[in-house]
Amino acid sequence: MADHSFDEAHVIQELKHFLPSQQALKDFIHHNSLHAFQHMKFYDAIFKASRIFGYQVHLQLTEYRDLYKSGRIREDILNKTIVQKKGKDALAGWKQKVLDTPYDVINHPRVGQLRKYWKEAYAFDLDNAVQPRLFRIVCAFLDQGIAVQRMPLSDRSFTQAIREIERKSWVSFFKTKKIRQQFLEGNYSLTSLLKQIVGDEAYFEQYLFDQQFAHHGWSGFVSAVEDNPHTLLDRKQICLKEFIEFELLLELDALHRRLGENWQPLADHVSSPPENLLADIPKTEFAEVIELWQDAFEWSYYDGVLRGILLAGDRPVAADKTFQAIFCIDEREDSIRRHIEAVDKCCETFGAPGFFGVEFYFQQQGSKFYDKLCPAPVTPRYLIKEYEATEEKKHEPLYSKLTHGFFTGFFMSITYGFWALAKKAQMLFRPKMSPAISNAYAHMDRHSVLTIENKRTDDTENGLQIGYTIEEMTTRAENFLRGIGLIRGFAPIVYMVAHGSSSANNPHHGAHDCGACSGRPGATNARVQAFILNHPKVRAALAARNINIPAGTQFIGCMHDTAADVMGYYDEEILHAENSRAHLLNKQHFETALNLNAKERSRRFASINTRQKLEQVRQAIHNRSVSLFEPRPELGHGTNTLAIIGRRNMSKGLFLDRRAFLNSYDHNTDPDGSILAAVMRPIGLVCGGINLEYYFSRVDNIKLGAGTKLPHNVMGLFGVANSSDGDLRPGLPWQMIEVHDPVRLLVIVEQSPEIVLQAIQSSPEVFEWYKNEWVHIVAFHPPEKQFYYFRDGAFSTYEPLTRVEEIRVIHNMETFIEGAKEMETNHIVHATEENLPVYLLD
Amino acid sequence: MDQLLVLFIGLPLLSFFVTLFWKNRNERPIGLVVRYTKVAYIILSVSYLVWWIANGLTPVSFKLATLYRSDNFVFALELFYDEITAVFSIVGALLFFLVATFSKYYMHRDQGYKRFFSTILLFAAGYNFIILSGNFETLFIGWEIKGLCSFLLIAFYWNRYLPVKNALKTVSNYRISDVMLMLAMWMMHHLTHRNISFTDLGEAKQIAAQGGAYAAMGVLVVCMIVLAATVKSAQFPFTSWLPRAMEGPTSSSAIFYGSLSVHIGIFLLLRTHPFWEDMLWAKILIIVTGAVTAVLSTLIARVQPTVKTQIAYSSAAQIGLMFIETAVGFHWLVLIHFAGNAFLRTYQLLVSPSVLNYLVHHQYFHYEAPRERKLSAVAASFYVLGVKEWNLDAFMFRFVWSPFKWIGVKLQFLQSYIITTLLVAMAFAIVLANRFNAGLLAGMNVPFPEILMSVALMFVLSSFSSRGSALKAWVLLLAAHACIILAIWLTAGQIASLEFLYYAGGIVSAFLLGYYCLQRIHGIDQDILLNRFHGYVYEAENKGLLFLLAVIGMLGFPITTAFVGIDVFFTHVDTHQPVLIVLLALCFLFIELAAFRILLRIFMGPHKKLYHPVAYRSS
Repeated sequence: MADHSFDEAHVIQELKHFLPSQQALKDFIHHNSLHAFQHMKFYDAIFKASRIFGYQVHLQLTEYRDLYKSGRIREDILNKTIVQKKGKDALAGWKQKVLDTPYDVINHPRVGQLRKYWKEAYAFDLDNAVQPRLFRIVCAFLDQGIAVQRMPLSDRSFTQAIREIERKSWVSFFKTKKIRQQFLEGNYSLTSLLKQIVGDEAYFEQYLFDQQFAHHGWSGFVSAVEDNPHTLLDRKQICLKEFIEFELLLELDALHRRLGENWQPLADHVSSPPENLLADIPKTEFAEVIELWQDAFEWSYYDGVLRGILLAGDRPVAADKTFQAIFCIDEREDSIRRHIEAVDKCCETFGAPGFFGVEFYFQQQGSKFYDKLCPAPVTPRYLIKEYEATEEKKHEPLYSKLTHGFFTGFFMSITYGFWALAKKAQMLFRPKMSPAISNAYAHMDRHSVLTIENKRTDDTENGLQIGYTIEEMTTRAENFLRGIGLIRGFAPIVYMVAHGSSSANNPHHGAHDCGACSGRPGATNARVQAFILNHPKVRAALAARNINIPAGTQFIGCMHDTAADVMGYYDEEILHAENSRAHLLNKQHFETALNLNAKERSRRFASINTRQKLEQVRQAIHNRSVSLFEPRPELGHGTNTLAIIGRRNMSKGLFLDRRAFLNSYDHNTDPDGSILAAVMRPIGLVCGGINLEYYFSRVDNIKLGAGTKLPHNVMGLFGVANSSDGDLRPGLPWQMIEVHDPVRLLVIVEQSPEIVLQAIQSSPEVFEWYKNEWVHIVAFHPPEKQFYYFRDGAFSTYEPLTRVEEIRVIHNMETFIEGAKEMETNHIVHATEENLPVYLLD
Repeated sequence: MDQLLVLFIGLPLLSFFVTLFWKNRNERPIGLVVRYTKVAYIILSVSYLVWWIANGLTPVSFKLATLYRSDNFVFALELFYDEITAVFSIVGALLFFLVATFSKYYMHRDQGYKRFFSTILLFAAGYNFIILSGNFETLFIGWEIKGLCSFLLIAFYWNRYLPVKNALKTVSNYRISDVMLMLAMWMMHHLTHRNISFTDLGEAKQIAAQGGAYAAMGVLVVCMIVLAATVKSAQFPFTSWLPRAMEGPTSSSAIFYGSLSVHIGIFLLLRTHPFWEDMLWAKILIIVTGAVTAVLSTLIARVQPTVKTQIAYSSAAQIGLMFIETAVGFHWLVLIHFAGNAFLRTYQLLVSPSVLNYLVHHQYFHYEAPRERKLSAVAASFYVLGVKEWNLDAFMFRFVWSPFKWIGVKLQFLQSYIITTLLVAMAFAIVLANRFNAGLLAGMNVPFPEILMSVALMFVLSSFSSRGSALKAWVLLLAAHACIILAIWLTAGQIASLEFLYYAGGIVSAFLLGYYCLQRIHGIDQDILLNRFHGYVYEAENKGLLFLLAVIGMLGFPITTAFVGIDVFFTHVDTHQPVLIVLLALCFLFIELAAFRILLRIFMGPHKKLYHPVAYRSS
């Protein structure tokens, strides 16, 4: 490398920037796996990341070609893409390249090119000698409670704890006295250690990258804990720098042990200096071919959707609405909304980010910790506590540490062992909810009382205000209602439908809960906002701000379990007599919609016969969520592709196959775009983050995803790894992404392009997503009925190629679902056959 | 009804062959086969048990087949059913049933769906071979099958590095146990001068009780058996392979390392108990082994921060206690303890992913910040030792494998076809010379058989440490077998041609198959050096499978006649040739490791061609 001065702090900062930033699995927050490259254009970024770290960042060339042969990539779209990017004259030439030219697709990453010299020089596998020990020690330090006996002194910092143990112990973690002494005395620094090991300062940075990316899971997690210590309930003080220092010491130790004094620093063995790690890469023809394919793949789906939006006529709701329901924008709620609208033609549904505009920490009764219930970047100043919970918390002796004791283990095996056999049989043949299963409804007691209203502003706990004042409530209520355009025409009952997910044997269960609630079930938020909107003083204050909610209208919080397809309602007793009666009927309608929803989901589950009676399918779906043997309780955000921001009218007539985030927004109420800017703020971060995490986990499930979950071993309650000595596996497991088509998110906004542009430019962080093409955006001009696609900094018109007659119509949803194709294997060409194009609803 | 015992083995074995006819994507037919098998298996186990109880609990014996018979040697397959078999059979059937049901959903759409079920069916057959065996030969067949299945399931995700590394680690341990069992069989043969059934172990005991050389042989037999059981049941000092074996799908770890596989050492001890029941020193040996394991494993389990490792050590600790119970003679307690522990650990492993949710939830309500306490030197030392697994893993590597590896490295010069051919030709010349003039060699007073056997071992070790061409390493194994045959020939003076044919025929056909596979792989990139992992299974899965067959043929797995041949050859070595038998045992130990190493390095591990996502080495 050219730069000869080594700046410790700078390099650590760079490492932290590029390492995966996944926190403990209990806080699963979706994010762009290549967040470090987000300041670059999408394609430039992914090819650079690929060259540096060896990631696969797109489908393989053969896969694109197979998709083309299968018809999943449309020829007309491919042609259009080529013409657009390369010009009309170049069509034939590029098409030849795209379809037939063989390319060298072998990718030798830059990272790892320096440290490989250890093996060449000394035939010594340094990683094998160091990594198992390093992982064990750091895992033992960070462990949250798997070990019966926690690491002594682990409330101190990593180095202090290990040093103190080392000082006291008669045996050592180190193999040589010399290095042990060096560690105990602490007279070393990153630079001094690197000098001993590497020698030449010019190589230090590359060496650290090579070393840390040889186990990016652990390094990334250490870095994430350093930045967000609250991700571990049992807090640990560790920083990446001390972790690296410790690893370097272990390396020195291993070198001394193996080679004694007979070795020279690595720099002496470098025969050809590795190329600069972070240097720019030239664009190759292969990369251009991939760009064409990826764009064609994406637009082959998008184009039909845009045509569908043009075709779907207005579907106004009757004036006397039976009820309104506000769901999370989550694409999994697309289908339940469609079904409830079909069951009760007089209801109206909305979509809003699932924290329902109220941000706070929540403390479950008896809990010693707070849970953040709002989008991850927000830091709330409020605390809401739960009281009068009555449900008992059950225990599961299986996880008792007694089974690991000497004598207790004996008694447990000869007694409980036989009971375990019975439980095992029951778990296989009569699966039911148990304490071992993560239950979305256990997050908050159904009959508890919440401290939502703040009486005195000095009522605080740990610096957090308990509850909201009337003024604070009103602001949140107003912003929330205006955001989704619900400021008039209230129905007698408005349901705030949060969502959560119950699943069994699933360390990644947090990834199935509500992304807008930091990976938690959103029931509390729904309840809180319902309480606020029912509050007479808030209603009065809202009226003063021109939002008149009729006295007869009542808000009810509830939660949809997206895995079990169950709906739970909160505070039903507040309903007055008339609404109570209506509510009973509505509940029945929800039940029917849930049945239909279960049926729609069941088409992707090989274990369920979709043609069974609705109730049987629903039961089977429910059983999946409590089945310990089921690695796919639900498919999470798999297949997410669209984000539609506009009135329900835009999407109500379409079958979008649970692929669209649906955020309600009424351009009529927002002529100047001030609301839109707020609405757009989380779209890139939340929906784009989810989409890109799925994208990258799909195209490279081995390096960017967690691989198949079947062999996973839970490490310290914060992560999973393969084997006892493996690296942590960030990203999503194979079972979650196999149905996903790796395409970027297309955001469709019902508003004039000028206002949309102004909204996305409101902040640089938001604009980055669109400017750099990590997310596509189309404006749908309401009166013009014309699409504008954002490219190279400006919106220009877009005419869908898909012909009108190509968009088919669903006449009977049930037979349609029954007839849908099931994937033959999970190879992308087969898997994508399960993902249906857009249809019109009859 | 006696013949029905055959069904225990035949049923899963048949299903195993049936599953081979389907492709991975045909989950439905494979699932059906497994379903019928598991139901039939459980019905068979239960109804046989009922019949057996109704008939007054008398042990059942059944002579299945005689594979080979000569004047001084009979190789017969015998089945046997008594209360020990009954318990192992019922527990096995129940767990097979439950785990197969669990896996049907769990393994859905896995890249190795078919492989998984084929392997556990084969495993079921192997398990039943062991628990129903009526003599050592039958038991040994099951022992080998089970070892192979273990290997296949540990290396299940064969394009990652850690599973492959740990598969070899486990197999190395298993092989020690295999060879110990071979030696026990050999010694037993010389002790009793016949192929003894387990029912006649009492007689063997009497012979050993006569003292003198017989007593010494008895001591060795017991040592071999205890060692075999110690390794297989992950007892001290071999415990560290157990947590490392948990590389396959959770459900396979559950049935193998949680329950059936790891308890098989207990079975061996129970089965051979009549032979050593009066030997106090043997009981003490077993008790000490069990007690040390129980204590150490508990200490290690206490500090493990990963869930499967913790369960592995806890289970090993309980098996340690079972060793003690067996030695003391509490056999019914052992059987209950075995069943309970197997059920408990299987369940714990199956639901181990839930631990994250459950314990984090638990933490919310019950967390207590650690209190500052003074750390004593003892506590610190025990903690460090626990995290380091009492250096058990390092110990095995350093003191067991490294020395041989070192020798092998020094013997790399043997990897030349000329030297190899010359050495084998010289060996052949010596044998011929002896054949035509027996007095000639005898007069020279040189231990020629030992020398020939040493040459064989040198070939094997050279192959074992080779970083050069896989083809050469493979040829060395053939050369080693040739030298073994010659050495035995020399020592026996006379070998029946059928015995020779059995041995050589099996080995040569395995060799040719392997040679063909390696040649074809060599044709792909002209690079099959053993200095790295190539991962060819990614692009040449069928060749990988064929080479696997070649490998197991090469080491005398019961798919070729070499299996019988090798056993017979062992009997030609006499008890007063300790050097020869040790060399022979080492040859067989390292032939397997060398052959498996070639398989792993060429076919498994991260694929070397980076045109598709390839796993990190650390995963």
